[in-house]
Amino acid sequence: MVGRMSTSSENSKLNYILHLADNSLILGQRLGEWCGHGPVLEQDIALTNIALDLIGQARYFYQYAALTDNRGKSEDHYPYFRGEREFKNFLLLEQPNMDWAYTMARQFYYDSYCFVMYTEMLKSKDEQLVSIASKAIKEVSYHLKYSSEWVIRMGDGTEESHEKVQNAVNDLWEYCGEFFETTQYESEMIEQGIAVDASKLKEKWLRSVGEIFNEATLIMPEGKWFQTGGKEGVHTENLGYILTDLQYIQKTMPGLSW
Amino acid sequence: MNIVDLEHEFMKRIKADQKIEPKDWMPEKYRQTLIRQIAQHAHSEIVGMLPEANYISRAPTLRRKAALLAKIQDEAGHGLYLYCAAETLGVDRDTLLDELHSGKAKYSSIFNYPTLTWADMGAIGWLVDGAAILNQVPLCKCSFGPYARAMVRVCKEESFHQRQGYEILLTLCNGSEEQKKMAQDAVNRWWWPSMMMFGPSDENSKHSAYSMETGIKKFSNDELRQRFVDQTKPQADILGVTLPDKDLKFDESSGHWKYGEIDWEEFNNVIQGNGPCNKIRLKHRREAWEKGAWVRDAASAYAAKKALKNSESKQVA
Ligand SMILES: [Fe+2]
Ligand SMILES: [Fe+2]
Repeated sequence: MVGRMSTSSENSKLNYILHLADNSLILGQRLGEWCGHGPVLEQDIALTNIALDLIGQARYFYQYAALTDNRGKSEDHYPYFRGEREFKNFLLLEQPNMDWAYTMARQFYYDSYCFVMYTEMLKSKDEQLVSIASKAIKEVSYHLKYSSEWVIRMGDGTEESHEKVQNAVNDLWEYCGEFFETTQYESEMIEQGIAVDASKLKEKWLRSVGEIFNEATLIMPEGKWFQTGGKEGVHTENLGYILTDLQYIQKTMPGLSW
Repeated sequence: MNIVDLEHEFMKRIKADQKIEPKDWMPEKYRQTLIRQIAQHAHSEIVGMLPEANYISRAPTLRRKAALLAKIQDEAGHGLYLYCAAETLGVDRDTLLDELHSGKAKYSSIFNYPTLTWADMGAIGWLVDGAAILNQVPLCKCSFGPYARAMVRVCKEESFHQRQGYEILLTLCNGSEEQKKMAQDAVNRWWWPSMMMFGPSDENSKHSAYSMETGIKKFSNDELRQRFVDQTKPQADILGVTLPDKDLKFDESSGHWKYGEIDWEEFNNVIQGNGPCNKIRLKHRREAWEKGAWVRDAASAYAAKKALKNSESKQVA
């Protein structure tokens, strides 16, 4: 066994795991808002499936975070008792559902990222991450297929749907730059061969997004300025409201079993 | 065969407990009765998603959140099987949905009550899914094949829902004073509406006689209601909650729990649209459908384009 990691290194690892967990949770939470309100029963069911996969992934990551944290916390401590500035999810994932076009555009950008990211994670030196990634990659391949198909259907569907999905991908574009930034906690983990170096994934991501946009007859957004901060806990105004809902019962009646 | 002979043949099969299948001849009244009942049932499943969906974002643990999502998703699946069963009778899903949205079709009035605390997720699972099971288990043997088969799948999932709901309440009842109070309050609010899920009392049930005669219905409303009370009372005792009925007492001679008078005026009002949530439930269903229109249009436009391309490429080849 390798010697104990330094405290800073342990923190970096915890932060990295929490970043992964928060991504899954916050998007899962958003998708859960659709349940019962989908455009047609079959899609309601399909989207809930994705939400369930994401909540499942979040739980694996939070359980691993608890283990890494080593303070005897449960998986629920991290989602329910941290504040807005401690969440490390991408800004993209906290953006509101709006309509089917925005929801699918958000999903598609993120799934495309996750697919390349989890594929890389399979090579991590951390066994736990490899094991979570190998389960997640199967789910993500399905999510990506689903969201790609909807982007194509809307892009190449009616004039109205084309316009709606083009607007959605344009509007959400500015939140995708963050995928490829490297935070302090990631660089340390990249050095140790634990974290994925996402800065190297941009070309692949652009190519796969471009292919689908091409088939969908959509124009690739050209914006060069990207919003940033989610990975470091500086969020959009949306996150506070999400957490208010998510944490309300645990915060009003703390310390109980549910 | 003339109609009298056909009717005679039909009733013979019903009496022999043989299933009627969509291709078989059936009296128009049988078809209409089934369409009405299956559609109502399907609508109940999808409207029933809404009160519980209120708590997806607020579920108190991630395990509970996942279980609640999965439960509501099951209800969507039930809706789907049931609309498919109705379609075998020659009425399509969009027509049935239009009838729901216009207020012409009914759904179970239980879903017109509000979900106010987390304990309601427990009470709904335990009492509402519990009552649904008692209504649905006999339907697994009903005379119409597609309906009976849909019910077999549905019932398996419903009993899982009931256990899950009971377990939510059990956790609360073993918890703090505040949690116990929350559980009792939820039971107080959901008990009578659950009792009403079995429909009007036998002497006032206008559709029952024909349904019993043709094997759609196997037990009367009051029989099923009695079973519900008998089954639920001991479970309430284990939880340590009281059922809000001062007349509830065990009757030695019949071996049943006797229950108090149901407020039929409330029942009729909720059915007529005056329940606390009738308007908001229908509004949400309608909005989902209307806002989804362009999405459904896009999907069919794309499918049509693709089909055209495929047939063109075949002609070239
Ligand atoms: Fe159901
Ligand atoms: Fe159920």
